[in-house]
Amino acid sequence: MNFSNLSVGLSTYLLVGAMLFSLGLYGVFAKRNIIAILMSIELMLNAVNINFVAFNRFIWNQKIDIHYILTGHVAALFVIVVAAAEVAVGLALVITIYRNRQSTNVDEFNWLKW
Amino acid sequence: MGTIVFFIFAIMAIAAAWGVVTSKNIVHSALYLVLSFTGVAVLYVLMNADFLAAVQLLIYTGAVAIMIIFAVMLTLRSEICESNPENRHWGWGALVACLVFIVMALVILANPDWRILPTPWTSGGSAEDLSLLLLTKFMVPFEAAAVLLTMALAGAVILAKGVKESK
Repeated sequence: MNFSNLSVGLSTYLLVGAMLFSLGLYGVFAKRNIIAILMSIELMLNAVNINFVAFNRFIWNQKIDIHYILTGHVAALFVIVVAAAEVAVGLALVITIYRNRQSTNVDEFNWLKW
Repeated sequence: MGTIVFFIFAIMAIAAAWGVVTSKNIVHSALYLVLSFTGVAVLYVLMNADFLAAVQLLIYTGAVAIMIIFAVMLTLRSEICESNPENRHWGWGALVACLVFIVMALVILANPDWRILPTPWTSGGSAEDLSLLLLTKFMVPFEAAAVLLTMALAGAVILAKGVKESK
């Protein structure tokens, strides 16, 4: 399919990314369940990916080296890899903490506080 | 055509993200998260990033969402209807998030360089183009990402399963 005639500008995509990022930020601040916080972090990483791909799509020209045109896609791909690694380690930590503390409430995770 | 599709799926992604952070039931939050990831994948297709859209569907709506649902099932103990409550400071969180969004929106809307429409896209975005880039110019970060994934998965298994006391 050819979507090259789409008329949505760059700032619309960036606004969508900003909205997703702000919702994720609110979730990180406001949620009490640690898994909900991990989900909000995933939302924020998605917003960053939208920005990478949008800048790569809109700010390009044919004069630059052909090998560098898709750099934004590569950056988004690395963000996805890091997000996958982060969610694997994060959920393993959640399960370990749950096994020790019988809780997923971040308000109760205060071992390091005195 | 493209505009209508964009607005349908952008609003879907944002509404689902709103559902993720406001839903009281954490299983509903996880399902809203799947919906949000799918909307973002459609936005990738609209931006001619076909391979990234496929990767988004495979990794995010496939793997990450399933892992999150598994973690929810392994850690749930009390009433599921109240499994995802807000903490005491949610008002401050809402205030900070609103302020951050307002600042970002002002920056985006005030910058004349970004008020542009797309030019016709001719340089691909398929797996072939990306693999060419990944295996030549970005080979070292690519291998580093492979090592990172291996170590993260090994670390996740060790963390979740525990290590036997040696000797």
